[in-house]
Amino acid sequence: MNRLGGTDGCGATAAAARDAFDVAAVRRDFPILDRVVRGGEQLLYLDNAASAQKPACTVDAIDHYYRNSNANVHRGVHALSEEATLLYEGAREKAQRFLNAQRSAEIVFVRGATEGINLVANGIARRLQAGDEIIVSQMEHHSNIVPWQMACSASGAQLRVIPMNQAGELDLSAYAALLGDQTKFVALSHMSNALGTLNPVKEMIRLAHERGVQVLLDSAQAAPHVRIDVQDLDCDFLVLSGHKLYGPTGIGVLYGRAAALQDLPPYQGGGEMIRTVTFEETTYNDVPWRFEAGTPNIAGAVGLGASIDYLERLDWAGVHRHEQELHDLATEQIGAIEGVTLIGTAATKGSIVTFTLADVHPHDVGTVLDTRGIAVRAGHHCAQPVMDFYSVAATVRASFGIYNTREEVERLVAALQGVREVFL
Amino acid sequence: MDLRELYQETILDHNKAPRNYGEIPGASHTAHGHNPLCGDRVTVQACVDDQGRITEVRFQGNGCAISTASASMLTEALQGKTVAEANTLVDRFQELIRLGADGSDEELQASLGKLAVFAGVCDYPSRVTCATLAWHTLRSALETTGADASTGPVTTE
Repeated sequence: MNRLGGTDGCGATAAAARDAFDVAAVRRDFPILDRVVRGGEQLLYLDNAASAQKPACTVDAIDHYYRNSNANVHRGVHALSEEATLLYEGAREKAQRFLNAQRSAEIVFVRGATEGINLVANGIARRLQAGDEIIVSQMEHHSNIVPWQMACSASGAQLRVIPMNQAGELDLSAYAALLGDQTKFVALSHMSNALGTLNPVKEMIRLAHERGVQVLLDSAQAAPHVRIDVQDLDCDFLVLSGHKLYGPTGIGVLYGRAAALQDLPPYQGGGEMIRTVTFEETTYNDVPWRFEAGTPNIAGAVGLGASIDYLERLDWAGVHRHEQELHDLATEQIGAIEGVTLIGTAATKGSIVTFTLADVHPHDVGTVLDTRGIAVRAGHHCAQPVMDFYSVAATVRASFGIYNTREEVERLVAALQGVREVFL
Repeated sequence: MDLRELYQETILDHNKAPRNYGEIPGASHTAHGHNPLCGDRVTVQACVDDQGRITEVRFQGNGCAISTASASMLTEALQGKTVAEANTLVDRFQELIRLGADGSDEELQASLGKLAVFAGVCDYPSRVTCATLAWHTLRSALETTGADASTGPVTTE
């Protein structure tokens, strides 16, 4: 028992080995994986890119917070409020260390990557004027397109798009050519949710900085798969969603370089984000609290902190090796099924395999797999420009996480053969 | 639930060989349907004579097996029906999807004939809009009037 009356993170419950990555041990930490779903089949969860499952220690941390420490933060002079504040700010420090940010004041808690991008776009929009340009890429999620379109339409600025090739790799020379005096901001997918492509973001940030242009990385997909070091990447802003990082929904992180955050105007007004309020004038709180109006998602932050603790204890070289193996095996075996077209075959990818199966509609593939207990995503993946690029309405996506196994890949492949038997 | 309860032979057959697929030049009623969730699109056209009887129905579009079969079987079911009968059938079809095989009575299922094969969709809430898209679209088409009448897209949102 610590001062806060129990675990404030992923303590004794996590069985994940420190030394060598052990998928069987990891699986024991995720109770939902034992669930039996449709047709009496054990759950095979391959929709991790949409939302990952949570380790028991994260669920316990949230439960423990509500049972023992629940109160509002930064206000009370009583024990529970102080505990809640310690836990909330402790989670901020965990996020800081996880991303290797220089200080915890560079971590803003938001609802998720989407809110983080909106917060930044809202601020950048006020600096834009007609003739300015914002650069995004062809493979962005809608959440890294629409906020910038809104910023452009408010100011008369233009959205420019970095093209990609058939494999789903960005054209870096086209990107370099797009960067110019008129470029005011670059917003870039770190890893594509629809294709799995890992973009050469460090080099792309360097190119933008040569022009004095700030860069935001949408790392919602990358964060669960690659170790992120914001100082090494040298990005100005980075966003991630807790629920894709084996944490709770409704909580995410906006990292902003101290000076870059300082230059952003407040996003939402309300309590917590102010220092003094009169009817004539309001002065704002310091960064990061200036961007956290209202009572924050305290339990969400606590849960995210627990998930980060859990991930910090994993052998990340082992995680990479394991996920890459799953990706390579799935690519080879799914790609060998008659009628399959793989969508997204970049040289550098995270563990996402996207495909179509002859002219069987992806929703039918998804439903048949569902009857076998297998959860995949079928649809446009909130990346309609990517679907348009490949001239498909939708695709099937199998996305792998730390707890998936080679046997599960084989179970998926066998079920896909079953889909062929039904429809072809 | 077994896979075959959803993807019954009739549904697979209509998906592979849709009936009444194509355009009706000069149709008296047209509507376009769109399911933003999966990107499915369907156009339903009908010709209605002076007595308010549907003389021809056709559809075009891209969709999953459930939505294609549903549109195809709709065109067969509505041939020769009056507009009032068609609207009743749309109501009954939606009722069947809502209640499912176990929740709906035999009379409802019997009145729908072959269309009763869609009862299994009830157990797959995310697929309900696939089954009903063409039906929403048909109802919208029948509400339009005039030779070139064409409504804005009917969406399942």
